[in-house]
Amino acid sequence: MSYIVDRRLNSKNKSTVNRERFLRRYRGHIKKAVSDAIDKRSITDMASGEKISIPSKDISEPSFSHGEGGIRDRVLPGNDEFITGDKIKRPQSGSGGSGHGDGASDSGEGDDDFVFQITQEEFLDFMFEDLALPNLVKRQLAGNEEFKTHRAGVSHEGSPGQVNIVRTLRSANARRIALTGKKRKALKVLEEQLADITPANDALEDTCSLKLQAQIAELKAKIKGVPWLDDFDLKYNLQVKYPVPQSRAVMFCLMDVSGSMDQATKDVAKRFFLLLFLFLQRNYEKTDVVFIRHHTSAKEVDEQEFFYSRETGGTIVSSALKLMDQIIKDRYPPEEWNIYGAQASDGDNWNDDSHQCYQLLTENIMPAVQYFSYIEITPRDRQALWHAYEKVSEQFPEAFALRHLVSVADIYPVFRDLFKKQAA
Amino acid sequence: MSNYISTSSEWTFDLIQRYDREISVIADDFQLDTYPNQIEIISSEQMMDAYASVGMPVGYNHWSYGKQFLGVEQGYKRGQMGLAYEIVINSDPCIAYLMEENTMMMQALVIAHACYGHNSFFKGNYLFKTWTDASAIIDYLVFAKNYIARCEEQHGVDAVEDLLDSCHAIMNYGVDRYKRPYPLSQHEEEARQQEREAYLQKQVNDLWRTIPNDISTEKQTATPTFPSEPQENLLYFFEKNAPLLEPWQREIVRIVRKMAQYFYPQKQTQVMNEGWATFWHYTIMNELYDRALITEGFMLEFMQSHSAVVYQPPYNNQYYSGINPYTLGFSMMQDIRRICQNPTAEDKKWFPDIAGSHWLKTLDFAMRNFKDESFILQFLSPKVMRDLKLFCILDDDKNHTINVAAIHEDRGYRKVREALSEQYNLSNREPNIQVHSVDVRGDRSLTLHHTRHNRMPLEAKSANEVIKHIHRLWGFDVHLHSIDERVHRQTFHCPAPHTDQPQIPLPTVSPHLTGP
Repeated sequence: MSYIVDRRLNSKNKSTVNRERFLRRYRGHIKKAVSDAIDKRSITDMASGEKISIPSKDISEPSFSHGEGGIRDRVLPGNDEFITGDKIKRPQSGSGGSGHGDGASDSGEGDDDFVFQITQEEFLDFMFEDLALPNLVKRQLAGNEEFKTHRAGVSHEGSPGQVNIVRTLRSANARRIALTGKKRKALKVLEEQLADITPANDALEDTCSLKLQAQIAELKAKIKGVPWLDDFDLKYNLQVKYPVPQSRAVMFCLMDVSGSMDQATKDVAKRFFLLLFLFLQRNYEKTDVVFIRHHTSAKEVDEQEFFYSRETGGTIVSSALKLMDQIIKDRYPPEEWNIYGAQASDGDNWNDDSHQCYQLLTENIMPAVQYFSYIEITPRDRQALWHAYEKVSEQFPEAFALRHLVSVADIYPVFRDLFKKQAA
Repeated sequence: MSNYISTSSEWTFDLIQRYDREISVIADDFQLDTYPNQIEIISSEQMMDAYASVGMPVGYNHWSYGKQFLGVEQGYKRGQMGLAYEIVINSDPCIAYLMEENTMMMQALVIAHACYGHNSFFKGNYLFKTWTDASAIIDYLVFAKNYIARCEEQHGVDAVEDLLDSCHAIMNYGVDRYKRPYPLSQHEEEARQQEREAYLQKQVNDLWRTIPNDISTEKQTATPTFPSEPQENLLYFFEKNAPLLEPWQREIVRIVRKMAQYFYPQKQTQVMNEGWATFWHYTIMNELYDRALITEGFMLEFMQSHSAVVYQPPYNNQYYSGINPYTLGFSMMQDIRRICQNPTAEDKKWFPDIAGSHWLKTLDFAMRNFKDESFILQFLSPKVMRDLKLFCILDDDKNHTINVAAIHEDRGYRKVREALSEQYNLSNREPNIQVHSVDVRGDRSLTLHHTRHNRMPLEAKSANEVIKHIHRLWGFDVHLHSIDERVHRQTFHCPAPHTDQPQIPLPTVSPHLTGP
């Protein structure tokens, strides 16, 4: 007799642990593949999964085997041309097998890479591994938008759907016991009396018995009259709403779009912003992004315009900082939001504007933000703006960072450098 | 009015049950003795999981299974490979996995193939009877998984992983080929394990005791070598004698050894096992057709997938990758039946004792008492060699050419048969490596000997890797000599010697080390 079992609904992820073990063992390889991939990827799919390939020899499991040489007898099928005593030239190793029995030497050394897929989640894990937000004092807000409900005992009021049956019946039972206690005691006495005179010996006892029986019936009716379930007994599960504190972050992307910034430079900047955005998203439940671009004057724009429209003109960096300060004051009170600033520029600035930037940053912006990073994308020497920012960095070494990078390949290392976990 | 079981290619549980009932009736008529069947329908994802754990329903965790899973998953998702239609486990009851994607015909074929073919082979073949205990394997797997998980908690994942890596590297050397084992024990395994731990540690300590034993002083002159005889079962040797292993580590070595032992018969009966199962699905399906239980369309679909299974590409075909065990096994089984039923003069000359005998009895005898190597040597007939056009080539690295030693003709049959049989001899396929000696009183170094077969050397790169694993298990220096006619041809050391002083070759080699 055979049993037939449908296992299709059983879990299908039995290999998850083993898979995870494999990733753990080769995390070095995978990390390298991930960091290579980040540089190569187009910006739009920064956060999808990735195909990882590892050289087969690095993950092989060794075992003893025979090497080349010695005498080998081999039996092959499908003889079409040979007779005993034929001599066949030994095929050159690696030549595509055109007969001559080298098909059997299946010593094809698998030099192919071992290729497999990791998910988006895993990709991001590897991408941001060992990274942490500096000054991660998440300012939490007793939010008023999201609520969760949870049980909070029992109440006398509620909707029928929330009736707590056990509590209700227990209280009904208690009430019935309380209300009928005296009567049941009396009933018991009467029943004992009745039992004493049954069967009846004479007429007196007979009338007595009848009387008792009448009393018993009356008592029983009264006991029965006590309602089995009363409104009073109903108990309901009490659900209370409470607000969920939410951590929220806003990220300000500031970019110079003056004539000196070409598309390649903007691309570098964009990748940096994107990494930062993905990173913040993993750390906060809600992340807003504000795009501010500037030349001589600053403007808040949407993403498309931020990255792709071109303008020309001079550069006044302080205009962007002013706008950022304004927006923080208007919409993102620092006590409710975690504010991050990221600025990208090629370092050009109107000559006497740099001091103003310094003042704006130190007096208005830095006290409000968690972290502000400035990247300068230029192969040239540093200019006035960099020096002004250096001074800021001295004043706020914890919360202000500036880095210099030249090409796309620098982004990820610089990013990791900015956000690497500080030794506790 | 037809009594076909089904006419559509969609399967249902009800239909599977009816097919199974009919097939079991036929199997009974053919006197197939099987374990009860447990047929499990699974999805392709679950099939991939099963692949990764060598088909076992439970298994301990190790990265190599993850690697296998990722490989299968990648191959399957990109359409480079299909999945097997079925996996069957040598257990009691015999568990067979059927894929939900299969058609009704495939399900019936797989039931005949796995649940009656493989199943009866597992139950009847002497190797499986000796080496595996079908009723206890699942229990043992559960024990092993839990034990290893507990070790990971106690000693860390890395420590356990390293140890398993090392054990896996010499997993092929975890079997006593010449001794019969006790069956795998079941529930008492856990209880006995504690006892064993204490006992083993005592034994090992005794071996390495440095305080001189006053009674043994007179024996000192004899300097007994340890081990007294070469040991082929490396895992067993380390389990019992490695000086530095902790009790839990010995238990893990033991678990890997038990697993190796469980899979040992499967490695040696591939041709027979598949041939047997293929023969029976072929016979049973034909019988179903003869009894008018399946339609002609069903039969045609069956013939197509059957012939795909037993297709043997010739040696010069780009798809050639060795001899297809299904083809060889199936042809031989079919041929045995033919020899019994319609023997020719040639058969009477070659197989006087089975020509004309009862075919069921003869096949049953063959299935029970042979492994690939001996089965081929005993039953490969000239007709099968002619049908498959087998020929034998001799590749000697001392010659410039490869010689055709024999082909499928009168004077070649015996040579081809012998050579093919040798090809399935496990001890020729895997290098013969044994523990030769331990320097008990000196630096505790371990010496292994590889006895060359047909002058074949060890593959140096992997040997260097494996010896590192052996070093991890042993804890002291390990030397490996590859020996051909008493001359050391290759030597491997771990740790690698820092001085390049010449290695003094051992003067003699014990006579029983020269290969089989």
